[in-house]
Amino acid sequence: MSEIQLVELTVNGERHDLAIEPRRTLVDVLRHDIGLTGTHVGCEHGICGACTVLVDGAPVRACLVFAAQVEDADIRTVESLAEPDGTLSDLQREFSAHHGLQCGFCTPGFLMLAEGFLAERPDATKEEIREVVASNLCRCTGYQTIVEAVDACAARRRSG
Amino acid sequence: MTREPRFDRTGRWVGASVPRREDPRLLAGRGRFVDDIALPRMLHAQFVRSTIAHGRIVAVDLGEVRAVPGVVAAFTAADLALGDITALLDRPPHEFVPTAMPVLALEKVRYVGEPVAIVVATDPYAAEDGVEAAVVEYEDLDPVVTDTAALADGAPLVHAEAPRNTLVDVSLFATEGIDDVFAQAPCVVRVRTKTGRQNALPLETRGVVAAWDDRDEQLHVQTNTQVPHQVRTVLAGCVGLHEKQVRVTVPDMGGGFGQKCVVGREEIATAAAALRLRRPVKWIEDRRDALTAAFLAREQRYDVRAAFDAEGRILGLDADVVCDMGAYSCYPFTAGIEPLMASAEMPSVYQVPAYRVRGRAVTTNKAPTAPYRGVSRPQYVMVVERLMERAARELGIDPVEIRRRNLITVFPYTGVNRITYDPGSYRESLDLCEQVLHDEGWYDVRARAVREGRVIGIGYSCFSERTGYGSGAFAQRKMQVVPGFDISEIRMDVSGTVSVTTGTMSHGQSHETTMAQIVADRLGLDIARIKIVQGDTDRITYGWGSFASRSITIGGSAVAAASGKLGEQLREIAAHLLDADVDATELDGDGGVRLRDDPARRLSFAELADVAYLRAHLLPKGIGPGLTASASFDVAGDGTFSNATHGVVVELDPGTGGVQILRYVCVEDCGVAIHPQVVEGQCRGGIAQGIAGALFEQVTYDDAGQPLAPSLMEYKVPTAAEIPDVAIHHLETPCAFTANGAKGAGEGGTIGAPAAVLNAVNDALRDTGVELDDTPIARETVHRALESALENAHV
Repeated sequence: MSEIQLVELTVNGERHDLAIEPRRTLVDVLRHDIGLTGTHVGCEHGICGACTVLVDGAPVRACLVFAAQVEDADIRTVESLAEPDGTLSDLQREFSAHHGLQCGFCTPGFLMLAEGFLAERPDATKEEIREVVASNLCRCTGYQTIVEAVDACAARRRSG
Repeated sequence: MTREPRFDRTGRWVGASVPRREDPRLLAGRGRFVDDIALPRMLHAQFVRSTIAHGRIVAVDLGEVRAVPGVVAAFTAADLALGDITALLDRPPHEFVPTAMPVLALEKVRYVGEPVAIVVATDPYAAEDGVEAAVVEYEDLDPVVTDTAALADGAPLVHAEAPRNTLVDVSLFATEGIDDVFAQAPCVVRVRTKTGRQNALPLETRGVVAAWDDRDEQLHVQTNTQVPHQVRTVLAGCVGLHEKQVRVTVPDMGGGFGQKCVVGREEIATAAAALRLRRPVKWIEDRRDALTAAFLAREQRYDVRAAFDAEGRILGLDADVVCDMGAYSCYPFTAGIEPLMASAEMPSVYQVPAYRVRGRAVTTNKAPTAPYRGVSRPQYVMVVERLMERAARELGIDPVEIRRRNLITVFPYTGVNRITYDPGSYRESLDLCEQVLHDEGWYDVRARAVREGRVIGIGYSCFSERTGYGSGAFAQRKMQVVPGFDISEIRMDVSGTVSVTTGTMSHGQSHETTMAQIVADRLGLDIARIKIVQGDTDRITYGWGSFASRSITIGGSAVAAASGKLGEQLREIAAHLLDADVDATELDGDGGVRLRDDPARRLSFAELADVAYLRAHLLPKGIGPGLTASASFDVAGDGTFSNATHGVVVELDPGTGGVQILRYVCVEDCGVAIHPQVVEGQCRGGIAQGIAGALFEQVTYDDAGQPLAPSLMEYKVPTAAEIPDVAIHHLETPCAFTANGAKGAGEGGTIGAPAAVLNAVNDALRDTGVELDDTPIARETVHRALESALENAHV
């Protein structure tokens, strides 16, 4: 077993002190050391995007990052979207309204991808949204309803 | 455009796209998938897997493995001494050769990725370190990598007991005089096609957490399976426990599509390790293993001739089907799953008077296959639809018109394949689909394209999907383990809320919502007061899980029947308490029972349940305490057929050979849709997987049987950039014998898409003289066809 490293992470505004192997990926730390299992692992090689989280606001594949690399960053996971009482965010509600999820395994990745993207590009067109949605894989929906959900959320935010 | 529903809906829940009960937890990241489960002192397993396609195991040395820090144990097949996974058909030896699939490879390995040993460690990283340290010595045997190599004279044998590497070989129907039909027919067309091997690729890979529970005296296995009871049966047999000593539960599942509807070797081995070590053990399949060593599907070869008369009416079909099933038969379906499906159902939606088929399953040194969404129907529909188009071209008939002349229009229709088709909207769905593409102007676009230098084609597919296979239908395949029925149990508690079991197993299909809608209408109870229980062998009487689009048709009918019985009990108790005849009572649609002629006299379910449990002395004579009921449902006949027509417009890129889908229209009929939005989701998701098979995905191997697509870089799963929006139009032909008039809707999209896309591409290539029949469609071939056509035009 390799050496143990002390790592300090800030996840959803909460600080965590961890003693982990340097080779431990961010997604494994989030899921198995911190217990935030909402972020999922679909491929472990950066293609499917199920593990997408926000690192300083930008979508990142948490399977391609070592936890030790993001010590000073602000990390956000799907668990940060809903209110503490469980009330879903506007983005989450649009996913449900449009049936943008079936099995729900890829959903946290798409939510965080969209959350990061819309924060940066609130005026995104539907075509631009489709291009971004093409970053991740979904095997259930055929993507149409995911694009529609993100687009509806953007439109609703714009109309205030 | 929706036809006025003809089905009499009495309740307000069925037919409404209510918010899904599953959504809030899944959206909040609070679902519980198998890898989310952590138990105290849990260990982690990974597998030492064969690095060669075919060989004898000379020695397995796990000494170094056991020395790796963190590794707790490592076992070979000999260490665990487990039973085999053997799936059987009740067919004579010339039709079926039984082969056993050992849980871990014994003397031979038969594909790259075959599990040889299990390594158990304190964390998953250490388990992988342990796997790296294994030393396995093989004696290489010549691999059999393709179906043609498998059938060749003198081919090496994958299983010594299976001559010519043939596991299933059936010749069926052979209508008398069929040779004369072909000899005399004015038009005979032929399609030879090969379809690529595919991976169902649920985004959540397979996984299991197993732990012996001393208090329950049970091995508790939490696994993401579509068939929990079948896992229990096989596991109990393999490890030598009674079934009551095994509990299989299923957490949230990240898709399955068939890959998880067979019993996996790894889930058995992991459970056996947990039993041996008396500690919880988790195994999560990594994506590389999921791509190379999980159950695959779809690699088939067809050689089919069709005879037509001069007016384009089909006279006969003569088919030879070879399915490359890989190294082993899957449980419970066997290697017969693909060839038997194709052989039985190939005449499709057409009136075919004469039919002959030979269906074979061959074994090769590749990962074994399991049923994958659609099971052979994407392929035989593609073949039959290509035959229609080819005959249309040869006879100078419009391709839509030739279908019209052949579609089954009078129901029930008993085909040459001895299957009886219940009513559907075969003709209506084709007419509507064609009309939509006309109305939207796509035929004008196609006509203009030639002038504009664009290459555009339109293609269709017509098909039906047999859903609700009952015990009788599976028995016809001569499976020794015969799925079919479903049992549901319902229990009302003291507060008047109910829990209802189903033997089916949602892995994305929304059963918690749709099954509850069915119960809600039967009882007149809000769905918020209904809990659906699935995926627990301790709480559910033997069920068959979810596959073959059976959940709503069979599971939903069982749920409805159990609910109906409970409703009767509630009325009996209410009648007694209200001093009225049972016949004078009715469910009031709002969680109570009232007198039909005096609705103000009413008792809520909570009031009735209060009596049934807390004041049982008030119950009528002959009615015991408690409120429970159970019912089963099976399909007596040949099942019920959903149907659809897909219409596709494609544009080809002469520069790259790329295929872009400009428009996709689906006209579907699955009877009464319990939840229309869920049905549309099934259509769109199915179509995406069908397009994936037509254009992108293929599991490939080199000559030595080494997988060439071990990551998602090589196995090209389409994204939102490739999958188009799909316009869905609904028709509704209710099923007469399911409780809700519903037909299955799970697989149709996947069945129809490859044929429609392939036909559209061929229509676009109509002036090149090139016709394509294989999938995935090779860009290279499209590019060359267009390039040479262009050159000829310039000559």
